[in-house]
Amino acid sequence: MAASTDWIVRNLWLIPTLPILAGAAISVTKQRHRVFAASLAIASMAVAFLLSLDAFLHVLSLGHGETLKQAININWFQFGNEWVKLGWLLDPLTAVMLLMVTFVGLLIFIYSFGYMAEDENCTRFFCFLALFAGAMLGVVIANSLLLLFMFWEIMGLTSYLLIGFWYAKPIASAAAKKAFIVTRIGDLGFFLGMAWLYFQTGTLLFYDNGAGCLEHSALTAMLVHATILGLTVSTGIGLLIFCGAAGKSGQVPLHVWLPDAMEGPTPVSALIHAATMVAAGVFLIARIYPLMSAHIPSLLTPTIALQVVTWVGAITALFGSLVAVAQFDIKRILAYSTVSQLGYMMIGLGVGGVSVGMFHLITHAFFKALLFLGAGSVIHGCSGEQDIRHMGGLKKYMPITLVAYSAGMLALCGFPLFAGFWSKDEILHSAFAWSVSSIPFYMGAIGALLTAFYMTRQMYYVFFGDTHRPAHHFAPADDKLSEGSHGHHAPHESPSVMTTPLLILAVFAVFLGFMGTPFWPWFQSFLEGEQAVLSVAPFAAAWRLMLISTCLVLLGMGFGWKLYAGKIKQANEPDPLQQLQPRIFSVLSHAFYIDRIYAVTFVRLNTVFAHLSAWFDRWIFNGVVQIVSKIVLGAAYVDNFIDKYAVNAGFDGGCETVSYSARTLSLLQNGRIQSYLRTIGLALIALAILMFWGAKP
Amino acid sequence: MSPLNGYLLLSALLFSIGLAGALTRRNAILVLIGIELMLNAANLNFIAFWRYGPNPAALTGIMFTIFSITIAAAEAAVGLGIILAVYRHTRSTDLDQMSSMKG
Amino acid sequence: MNLIFFILATLTIVGTAAAMSLRSAIHCILALTIGLVGLAALYLLLGAQFVGFTQILVYVGAVAILAVFAIMMTQGASAPTQPILSSSWLTGVSVAVAVFAVLAWAIHASASTQTAQPQPEVSVNQIGAALMHRFGLPLEIMGLLLTAALIGAVILAMPEKKETL
Repeated sequence: MAASTDWIVRNLWLIPTLPILAGAAISVTKQRHRVFAASLAIASMAVAFLLSLDAFLHVLSLGHGETLKQAININWFQFGNEWVKLGWLLDPLTAVMLLMVTFVGLLIFIYSFGYMAEDENCTRFFCFLALFAGAMLGVVIANSLLLLFMFWEIMGLTSYLLIGFWYAKPIASAAAKKAFIVTRIGDLGFFLGMAWLYFQTGTLLFYDNGAGCLEHSALTAMLVHATILGLTVSTGIGLLIFCGAAGKSGQVPLHVWLPDAMEGPTPVSALIHAATMVAAGVFLIARIYPLMSAHIPSLLTPTIALQVVTWVGAITALFGSLVAVAQFDIKRILAYSTVSQLGYMMIGLGVGGVSVGMFHLITHAFFKALLFLGAGSVIHGCSGEQDIRHMGGLKKYMPITLVAYSAGMLALCGFPLFAGFWSKDEILHSAFAWSVSSIPFYMGAIGALLTAFYMTRQMYYVFFGDTHRPAHHFAPADDKLSEGSHGHHAPHESPSVMTTPLLILAVFAVFLGFMGTPFWPWFQSFLEGEQAVLSVAPFAAAWRLMLISTCLVLLGMGFGWKLYAGKIKQANEPDPLQQLQPRIFSVLSHAFYIDRIYAVTFVRLNTVFAHLSAWFDRWIFNGVVQIVSKIVLGAAYVDNFIDKYAVNAGFDGGCETVSYSARTLSLLQNGRIQSYLRTIGLALIALAILMFWGAKP
Repeated sequence: MSPLNGYLLLSALLFSIGLAGALTRRNAILVLIGIELMLNAANLNFIAFWRYGPNPAALTGIMFTIFSITIAAAEAAVGLGIILAVYRHTRSTDLDQMSSMKG
Repeated sequence: MNLIFFILATLTIVGTAAAMSLRSAIHCILALTIGLVGLAALYLLLGAQFVGFTQILVYVGAVAILAVFAIMMTQGASAPTQPILSSSWLTGVSVAVAVFAVLAWAIHASASTQTAQPQPEVSVNQIGAALMHRFGLPLEIMGLLLTAALIGAVILAMPEKKETL
């Protein structure tokens, strides 16, 4: 890995710094200067995008091979005898992530300006957004696990701030707290893994001229001895760091915060909880993939770490798609869909490697952002309505949104030739070929079927059929806290500042997949540092699976059409699926009651601990303090008593004695000369007697 | 009893009489007179010792006595002057009543 | 011991005792005078003629007269109406008795080795010479003292000037 003197490599740090500086500048801007704040944020993102483009082109120009990884490390502070270093890294993985984050981020920033224009806290919104963007970009370029963790936490903070943006709504602030706490639980594992890694290898830098923790010497050292349960050290560390990724990427069982995070404004949901932040967990696993996949060469099975990642991902994929079937809030459907797709990405990483998982991450970012922005457009057009049962027939009011949303929906379902088809197929192909088990493949396949089903359901509810929204269900015109409400009564198309990003994203949703087809796997080769070859040879191996997945998609869409097309006339009619299987439907709509289980177990346990601590504090600590204070008070009283009766009395007594003796002695002085003379006479006698007696021999 | 002892005894007696008077009389002038008597007794003592002492040629006793008489006279003059001044203020020579220096 | 001595001693004692115990102040002074004369005679007996005469001149001639003047000026001449002795006279008398006891005991207890000695001859010439030579300084100091006493007595006895404000 040669130390490059190229300008972009040396100045890669500008990419996260510019949005952070913009955020800092916006934080001191007055609330009414919205245009200025938005422009500053958008400009910083645009410059970051141009710089990312430059970085991408630079990596492209470097060709192939290991020289693709270029890192710059600088000394930060001294810890004992060693220097703690931090640095940034430019390699194909970094380049594609940078490009995706800055591009999607830029589009969403522009969209937000239209969406949040009427909100009185618009400036604060852009401040947090810019800060988030900076933090995400920091995670992407970090070459040190510590630096990555720091930016990771900043992302968590901004996510909290943005979910709870409308903090006056108690449900929003509760959701923000939940997000922060649940991801924190994952971060605990992350931190332990990080500490263990530092202890094991002495460095937290990924690549450092052969001395980094992901490089060959460190990895072989970690494989030498086994630790708990016969796992190697690298697997143990990998699993701990996966805890952090599981929290951030909403894997089961730490997924509970993602649906509630929809309380934030829609651009937040699009940027953070669909495209970028939740993908950061996947990115983290991709980053430390050498660690996760390090195994003794003689072993042929994948490492335990990767197996765990795959199983968790498979469970999450199936779970998310099952629950999404029974949701009625437009954003919640998309949220569970995100959970499910993140599961797919984890499967991809586990069975197929970095390129498989990352390909789906990139395509998912585009079409999920598109879907969320489209949902935002729908909500904005319906004056804040989020329940799909109260929408319908919107295709005649919002044609542009419909077109863009359809493109996203088809991409998500994996309809042939759309972006999601290629990426999801890669995953299913690798899962099918997994040496350990085929169950993840079947779970993924069922998930794909369900994805097509629920997205079709959503489309029918929102865009097709009759408009069955009762008039009195409009959001009140003066409710500034809910989304998109501005007092209009009929649904209408959104302004072009919102629809243009939609259309741009739609184009990508359609065409992005072509960079990773099996015939020309440019994306995968780019990430692995190889030359991409255009050939039809893979078709022979892959055509069967492509056919199966197409059938699954069509099957799912067919079910959806059969159950929902034209069936829903009124808002308060029960859902057709609910009519078919009411008990299953209710379990699904409550997300398998996981939230309830957590509330009864962990939350209640925590409450018990809280009460215990309160009792402890009140009776034990407080008791000790009270005892000490009573002792001190008692000592003070005793002191007072002694002072008053002993010291004072003694002193007073002494003074009294002196006074008394003085008074007594002063009786001698009665002003009469003769009595003085008498006294002198007596003294003379006494003296004489003394002298004579003393002088007698 | 030798002559000296006799004179000394007499002098002691005179002294005591003067002391008794000084301590018991009410009139201030008589107290002063008592003091004068005490001085006189001392003078007698001096002369007696001069006469029966070791070195009469030195005239020490006589000199002392002369000076003593002088001083006694001066003191009597001043003392009586004081008593007169006090009498002018308080219209009395009663010593028992002159206790304003009390305390 | 001489008879003269006893007679003169008795005279002196009676005179002084009377001086201290008579009721009227004038009578006291007169008795004092007798006592002083007796003392002067004792001085003569002892051979200190100069001192004896000085005694008469000064004490009898000046001090006693002065005392009489003082008594007359302070209305002591009339018969006294109040008690003559102070309120706690017994303490005073006992003190005086104690003093006499101590002195007498001291005199009695001390060894006396003196026997009769020839009368020393002393002339006024000798006294004068001693005054001028050996006792020159005390002489001068006496002068100073007398001057001060003189001035003081005059000031004390002067009638007070009433200050007009």
